[in-house]
Amino acid sequence: MLGEPLTRNNVNHDGAPSKMVVEGLSAFYGSKKAVSGVSLGFREHTVTAIIGPSGCGKSTLIRCLNRMHEVVPGTRIEGRVLLDGEDIYRQDRVSVRRRIGMVFQKPNPFPTMSVYDNVAAGLRLNGMRKRAVLDAAVTKGLKQAALWDEVKENVYGPGIGLSGGQQQRLCIARALAIEPEVVLMDEPCSALDPIATAKIEDLIFDLQKTYTVVIVTHNMQQAARVAEYTAFMYLGELIEYDRTEKLFEQPTQKLTENYITGRFG
Amino acid sequence: MLRRPRTPGQTFFSRLRTFFRRRFLDLTFLGITLAVALGLLALLTAFILVLLNASRLAIDRFGLALLGEPRWAPSAGHFGFLPFIDGTLITAAVGLVIAVPISLGIAIFLSELAPRWLSEPLGYLVELLAAVPSVIFGFWGIFVLVPVMRTTIDPALASANASVNQALHVNIPVFTGPILGSGVLTAGVILAVMIIPTISAISREALRAVPSPQREAAFGLGATQWEATRISVLSYARIGIVGAIILGLGRAVGETMAVTMVIGNSDFVPTSLFSQGQTIASLIANEFLSTYSNPLTASAFLEAALVLLLITLTINIGARLLVWRLVRSTGGGGIE
Amino acid sequence: MKFDRDARRRVFNWIVGVLCFLCVVAALVPLLSILYTAFINGGHVLSLSFLVSKENNVGVCFPGDPASCSVGGIGPALYGTGVVVGLASLMSVPVGVLSGIYLSEYGRNALGRSISFFTDVMTGTPSIVVGLFVYATFVYIARTVVFSALSGAVALAIIMVPTITRTTEEGLRLVPNTLREGAYALGIPRYRAVLQIVLSSGRSIVVTGVVLAVMRAAGEVAPLLVTAFGSSLGFTGVNEPAGLLGPLIFFDATGGSSLLVSAAWGASLVLILLMLGISLLARIALRNRFK
Repeated sequence: MLGEPLTRNNVNHDGAPSKMVVEGLSAFYGSKKAVSGVSLGFREHTVTAIIGPSGCGKSTLIRCLNRMHEVVPGTRIEGRVLLDGEDIYRQDRVSVRRRIGMVFQKPNPFPTMSVYDNVAAGLRLNGMRKRAVLDAAVTKGLKQAALWDEVKENVYGPGIGLSGGQQQRLCIARALAIEPEVVLMDEPCSALDPIATAKIEDLIFDLQKTYTVVIVTHNMQQAARVAEYTAFMYLGELIEYDRTEKLFEQPTQKLTENYITGRFG
Repeated sequence: MLRRPRTPGQTFFSRLRTFFRRRFLDLTFLGITLAVALGLLALLTAFILVLLNASRLAIDRFGLALLGEPRWAPSAGHFGFLPFIDGTLITAAVGLVIAVPISLGIAIFLSELAPRWLSEPLGYLVELLAAVPSVIFGFWGIFVLVPVMRTTIDPALASANASVNQALHVNIPVFTGPILGSGVLTAGVILAVMIIPTISAISREALRAVPSPQREAAFGLGATQWEATRISVLSYARIGIVGAIILGLGRAVGETMAVTMVIGNSDFVPTSLFSQGQTIASLIANEFLSTYSNPLTASAFLEAALVLLLITLTINIGARLLVWRLVRSTGGGGIE
Repeated sequence: MKFDRDARRRVFNWIVGVLCFLCVVAALVPLLSILYTAFINGGHVLSLSFLVSKENNVGVCFPGDPASCSVGGIGPALYGTGVVVGLASLMSVPVGVLSGIYLSEYGRNALGRSISFFTDVMTGTPSIVVGLFVYATFVYIARTVVFSALSGAVALAIIMVPTITRTTEEGLRLVPNTLREGAYALGIPRYRAVLQIVLSSGRSIVVTGVVLAVMRAAGEVAPLLVTAFGSSLGFTGVNEPAGLLGPLIFFDATGGSSLLVSAAWGASLVLILLMLGISLLARIALRNRFK
C-alpha cells in the first residue's frame, strides 16, 4: 500500500508514489529539539538531497529514517515515518534496518574483516551460509558499488587496506548486498578527495534505477549534480522542498535564496 | 627565560643572582624527582639481584634441576619445585577457565547492554570484589566455599567424570580421588573470583574504546544488540581483552593468602583436580618460617621466590605491552 | 531474500543478554556471601572493648565456666597495624608522590615512559616475593631487625610505592595544561608552579590514591608473615616483631578453636567495613572531581 503523493511548496510528484513519507517529525536529544515538525515525501527510484547549513538537523533527520537516531541514549521522536505506508517505528527495528540501508560520513568498514567478509556481513547476520549465494551477492554488491574491478584480484584482503574512496565504496557495497529498498547516505563524500567523490557521485546517480536514495550533503553543487529533488533545512525546520533545478534557480523562500547565494552557511 | 618587570632598587647583579637561584632550585627539584623515579627502576632490578644473590647457595647446588624435580622434602635433602610449579599452573588455569567467560559476560553487560543507571552501580559492586583482602577471601573459602565444594560440587563433578569414563571406556583422572573440599580445584575457584574484577574492568575499558562508527555500521545492517557487539566491538577490542586476561593470569599466579588457606598444603605433584596441593606462593607462606634457619633451605625458598618473580614479571610485561595504550588513555592509574 | 531467522535472532539476542546478566550475578554472589558470613559470624563479637582493649586474651576462661571464655580483642593488633602502616606510609608516600610528579611533569619522554611502564609492571609483583626480598636484604645489612616492625613497614612501603606513583602521575596528568601555562606566564618558576599549583589542583586524586594504597597495605598478610612476624603484643618497638591485623586473622582462622575463629571473624568484619567504606568514599570523591 503506497502512500499518497505529498504536495508541499507547490511540488507535486507528478502523481508519482512516495517510497518513504515523513509526517510531522520532530527529533530530540534529551530536551534539545534538533528536527522540528518536518513533513515530506521521498519519491521512489529517485535521489533526494537534503541540504542546509551545519546544525540544521539534516543528519538527525536522515538518521530518523532508519531508526539510527535511537542508538544514542536519551533520544526520542514525535511524528511518523512511513515506509510503503507503514510506520517504521511500529515495526521491528531489525527488519526496518534491513530494508533501509545506510552509508555513513566516514567510511567504517569492519577493520578485522576482509573485503569479502565486509560485504557479506549483512547477509551472514541474516543466517545466509551458502557459499554460492554469498559469492553472488558479494560480487553483485561490489559491482553495483563500482568497486569490483579494483578489488576482484584481492577480495580476501583486509577491508581497511583500501584507500578512503575505496573504503567508502566498500561500505556502499556492504549496504547494497542485503538488497535494501532505500539507501540513506549521510554526507558520504565529505571525507574523500575530489576524484573519489566524483566516482561516488556517478555511482549514486546510477543507484536510483534500483533504489530510492536519500542523501544529506553540505555541498550544494553535489546536490545539483546527483539529486532530482532537494530539500532545504534550517534550524531543524524544512524550509523548502522542490525539484532540484527549480530550488536552485527559482527558490520561493527568501531563506533558501540566501543560502544558495552564499549569504550564510 | 621569563623576564620579570624591573622593580626599583634591584641591581643587575641581584637580578642575576635571583635568576640563577631559581634555575638552581628548578634543577634541584627536577633532580630530586628524577632520582626518586629512577629509584623505582633500581628497586625492580634490586628485586632480581638480591633474590639472585640470596639463592646462590641453592642455585650452585642444584641449578635449574629444581624446576623438574618432583620431590620436596628439605629435611631429607630433596628440593624439587615441580609440585609447586604444577600447583601454580593448575590453579591459575582453573581460575582463568572460570573467570574469563564470566568476566567477558560482565564486561559486555556493563558496557553494551545495560543502561547507565544500572551499569554504574553494578560496575562499582564488581570492583568492590577487588577491595576485599586476600586473607578474608581465604577465610571465607575455608568456612563457606570448602564445605560447599565438598558436599555439593565435587561429588557432582566426580560422578560426571565417572560416567564419562565409563561411557567412553577411558580413565581420565580429572575429578577423581578423595573429596576433601579443599584442593587445587577449590583454590582455582577462589582465584577466579579474585581475578574477575581485574579482567572485567580492563575488558570494559577495551570495549568502551571501540569508536561508535563501528557499532553504527553493524546496526545499520540490521544487527541485534548482541550481533553488533559480536561483529564490531569484540573483534576490535580483541587485543585489549587478551591483555586483560593475561593481567588476570599475572594476579592469579602471585596470589598467596587465599590460595594458602584452601589448597590443602600438600607438597606433592597434584594428580587430579581434587588433590591437595601447593603453589610457589603458598609454599613460602606456609613453610618458610619453620625452615629458614637452615641456610640451604632458606636459599631454596629464595630461589622459589625468584622463579615466581620472573614468571610474574614476564606475564605482566607481556600483558602491559598489550594493554598499555588502553589504560593510559583512560587515566586508569588505579587499575592493576 | 528470505528472512525467516528473525525470530530466532531476537530470541538469541535476549538469551545472550540474560547470560551476561547472570555473569554479573555470579560475580556478586561471593561478595555478598563474604559480607553476610562476616556479619553473621563476626557481628556478635564486636564491641568497644573488642576494638580498643589492650588485652588480647583470646581463650582466657574462668575455670569451670565454658561460656565465659573471652574472645579477646584486636586492640593490640589494630595498634600494631596502625603503627606499621603509618611507618610504611611515611616511607612510601613521599617517594611515590615525588616520582609521580617527575613522571607527570618532567617525564614526557622515553625515559619517563619506560619508568612508568615498569612501575605498572611492579604493581603486579606478588606481595610474598616483596616480603622475601625485604627479608633477604635485611639478612645482609641488619640481621637483628630481620623480623621486626621495621622490616614489615619496609615491605609494605615497597608494595605501596608503585601504586602511589601511578595514581599520582595519572592524577596530575589530568590537571589541564592551561593552569601550568598560566603559572609560567606569571613568572612563577617551574618547581613552584608544580608544587603549589599543579599539586594542589590534583590534590584530591593524589590523596585518594594514597588512601587506597594505605588501605590495601592494612589488609596485607603475606609479606608480613616473613618480615614482621606477628606477635600478640601489638607494637613493642621498631625492632621487635609486631602484632598485626592481617596475620591475626590468618592465625586465628586457622587456629582451630571456635573462639579464635570468632575473633577472626570479628577482625575480618572490621577490616571489610573499613576497606569498603574507604573504597566508597574514594569513589564518591573522584566522581565529584570529574563533574
